Amino acid sequence: MLQEESDLSLVIAQIVQKLKGSSLYAQLERQAWASLQRPEIKLESLKEDIKEYFKISGWEKKLQNAVYSELSVFPSPSHPAAPPEHLKEPLVYMRKAQGSWEKRILKSLNSMCTELSIPLARKRPVGEQKELLNKWNEMGTDEPDLSLFRPVYAPKDFLEVLINLRNPNYENGDSLSFRTHLGLIQVPLKVKDIPELKEFFVELGLTTGQLGIDDSTQVPPELFENEHVRIGQKVLAEQDSAAAQQYIRQGSPTALRAELWALILNISSQPEDILYYEQLKTNVIQHDLLVDSLIYKDVKLTASNDDYYFVFEDYLYQVLLCFSRDTSVLGHFAYNSASPPKSYIRGKLGLEEYAVFYPPNGVIPFHGFSMYVAPLCFLYHEPSKLYQIFREMYVRFFFRLHSISSHPSGIVSLCLLFETLLQTYLPQLFYHLREIGAQPLRISFKWMVRAFSGYLATDQLLLLWDRILGYNSLEILAVLAAAVFAFRAVNLMEVTSLAAAEAVLADLSTLKVMPLLQIFLFATVT
Amino acid sequence: MAGKVKWVTDIEKSVLINNFEKRGWVQVTENEDWNFYWMSVQTIRNVFSVETGYRLSDDQIVNHFPNHYELTRKDLMVKNIKRYRKELEKEGSPLAEKDENGKYLYLDFVPVTYMLPADYNLFVEEFRKSPSSTWIMKPCGKAQGKGIFLINKLSQIKKWSRDSKTSSFVSQSTKEAYVISLYINNPLLIGGRKFDLRLYVLVSTYRPLRCYMYKLGFCRFCTVKYTPSTSELDNMFVHLTNVAIQKHGEDYNHIHGGKWTVNNLRLYLESTRGKEVTSKLFDEIHWIIVQSLKAVAPVMNNDKHCFECYGYDIIIDDKLKPWLIEVNASPSLTSSTANDRILKYNLINDTLNIAVPNGEIPDCKWNKSPPKEVLGNYEILYDEELAQGDGADRELRSRPGQSLGPKGGRSRDSGRTVLTTWK
Repeated sequence: MLQEESDLSLVIAQIVQKLKGSSLYAQLERQAWASLQRPEIKLESLKEDIKEYFKISGWEKKLQNAVYSELSVFPSPSHPAAPPEHLKEPLVYMRKAQGSWEKRILKSLNSMCTELSIPLARKRPVGEQKELLNKWNEMGTDEPDLSLFRPVYAPKDFLEVLINLRNPNYENGDSLSFRTHLGLIQVPLKVKDIPELKEFFVELGLTTGQLGIDDSTQVPPELFENEHVRIGQKVLAEQDSAAAQQYIRQGSPTALRAELWALILNISSQPEDILYYEQLKTNVIQHDLLVDSLIYKDVKLTASNDDYYFVFEDYLYQVLLCFSRDTSVLGHFAYNSASPPKSYIRGKLGLEEYAVFYPPNGVIPFHGFSMYVAPLCFLYHEPSKLYQIFREMYVRFFFRLHSISSHPSGIVSLCLLFETLLQTYLPQLFYHLREIGAQPLRISFKWMVRAFSGYLATDQLLLLWDRILGYNSLEILAVLAAAVFAFRAVNLMEVTSLAAAEAVLADLSTLKVMPLLQIFLFATVT
Repeated sequence: MAGKVKWVTDIEKSVLINNFEKRGWVQVTENEDWNFYWMSVQTIRNVFSVETGYRLSDDQIVNHFPNHYELTRKDLMVKNIKRYRKELEKEGSPLAEKDENGKYLYLDFVPVTYMLPADYNLFVEEFRKSPSSTWIMKPCGKAQGKGIFLINKLSQIKKWSRDSKTSSFVSQSTKEAYVISLYINNPLLIGGRKFDLRLYVLVSTYRPLRCYMYKLGFCRFCTVKYTPSTSELDNMFVHLTNVAIQKHGEDYNHIHGGKWTVNNLRLYLESTRGKEVTSKLFDEIHWIIVQSLKAVAPVMNNDKHCFECYGYDIIIDDKLKPWLIEVNASPSLTSSTANDRILKYNLINDTLNIAVPNGEIPDCKWNKSPPKEVLGNYEILYDEELAQGDGADRELRSRPGQSLGPKGGRSRDSGRTVLTTWK
């Protein structure tokens, strides 16, 4: 009992510490001072009166939302004396693997730099700055020569690293038994099985209404949709993050989605947020970074060719270029197993005083990175709001998809979850694919790393991301990947090569996400 | 004896030919006994002309109405709509209601347009009322964006008007007739780009009016960012959405072809603007299509051998008001991307299923009421017979407020999938 209490007080203390630096704190202070003018605030009962005032005026709700937001990324309870790297990642072998992967990436970036004789960063001459400012809204028409640039890495490079992960303390044994894991991931992380998933995703069950299923044309809206929309509007009126998160597990009506996501992510566009975005824009204008070219190349290779997202090409530059320069993103490395790469001022290699994080936000983009932003363009057309939402989505969810960690939503766990589900519930399919040299993870990895962006139709993708927000977990990506294989199992059983398997699974644009998930979790005989 | 349908076409496009062949139809030449002829607009003119025309027999079907140009020529379309509005006004119909500025409340869906040279003086008067406005000149008889240009100064067409004054009106060949319309310089932009909507509408009969809307229309985006700036008036890549023009732009992409599905548009608008205004927009689009067909129905030669699949071009402005730009009798059957090819193939397939029931030798006397199952991706847009059969107690709604929105099939009466509940 005592231990729990002291754990809780530690958490409270840490969150209070975090929030003290936020603008919300300053606002609350201002409000408290201003409230002294009010007749209902009496000196004798000052504390209670102010608390009551906060409750009525909605400020308590804002504080609640902020606390809830902090909790969503709070690392699980650990020893109070745990060093910071344990908070990032408790397992040593994972930390080591992440460290050496980072070294490789940085080496690749530096060698590209040297080969092309382009500095990692340079200040733009005034003429170039003016030009860029004029072209800010149509950077897509700029055609710099990107032929010499290569993405720093692609998802399949990352997959190779994950395949080679081993826990030195774990002895697999050479003999095959029914416990042997047939997939590519060979580390013993705990993942949920279907009974546990059914419990975790209980709101996706057959008896609960869902958007994505119960709003189809054949179902009269009186049965579910109308009431669900009404409740959604109520949740928005209350401005309650926690309620919104619970609500969105059943999917969000299209008209309410933008606001609901902003509420869950605790994003409100304050003037200081807009100012901050403008400041980032100024940074982009003044300095050119090597990663900018990587971003350009990525957008041109992926989003520009996408049937849904090509329209928003220019927004992607506006978001991603600013993102690279946003040092507030560095904060998420406290709970990310990754660490920001360091670079040194020319000539001062190894001297810590001359070290800078490169890029300034510590995140090196890889092939397909821009696809994290693209779907959001369907919801937000105001650049600074779009930016804030993306940044929050990244530091809450997306970073886990390309760093090596033991977190249940980390990519390693997702891969293992996917393979385990397949092996346990579709053993014949798994065995067959393995035999023909088509390990399922080789096909599904790219879907999960991109959170299915660019593979599903946009309306389906948004329904899927609703659930990511609702459950504060990425595990649904692994479940969906398994469900897709289950859906196409009959065709897959007939293929005889990896290429043929890829072909069967090449086009996911007609899939309906929610029925697939529901059938896989709740309607398959296990 | 059920023989095979014999077809002819003078439009050599694979999406057509593949559809004919998959039905097991037999290709013949136009001099032989044919049942189905997919004609170009030149050919339909010949078939129904006084000199070269011939009577069609009961088992022959063609894909154009003889005087489709009442709808598909820019000047005639405007003329017919103006006439229709005046008639409704004379009858005292609530549809013709006007607001305090004299603008039609429900029938103002075509930008202010004048015929040139006939209405030149009227146009000048209007131009002088708002001298900073931009106008678009379009040749009446051309397509694919040919011959179109923008003007914002009278001097830019003065030369043209000078030429027109010297020659007599009678000798003006119709090919040189132009229309000049107020340019919509506040189009709705997505991603900073202008786009228009291409919707396919199939008409099987004008009297009673029976028309179908293809669910899979698309948006055509310009490759260059939109700017109303006067310096870019000559840049057709900014202003004209025709693929025939855009595909020559530097940034034209052959994978997506600058096209979005109408469903994407719907999702984007619902997410960023809300459900009500989006549903209202789509209702209005359906409304203006039906009104345009009603406007030409009285003058259309409702020949029972004919059906027609029109390509409607619609622009949405930044107040989410749709404007009818033009109607095409021969919408392009060229495919610019793989998706495009699939779409056009399915379009022809569904069109043929409705126009030539069961793929058998047609009888033009049939009632032109196909069963629901063959509609494919078409939805009934308006069925005059059904609408009139609804009984007098159905209130006349002059605003399409009661439409069922995107889910046209939610009518409580089974078997009816009408998009409109208004007459």
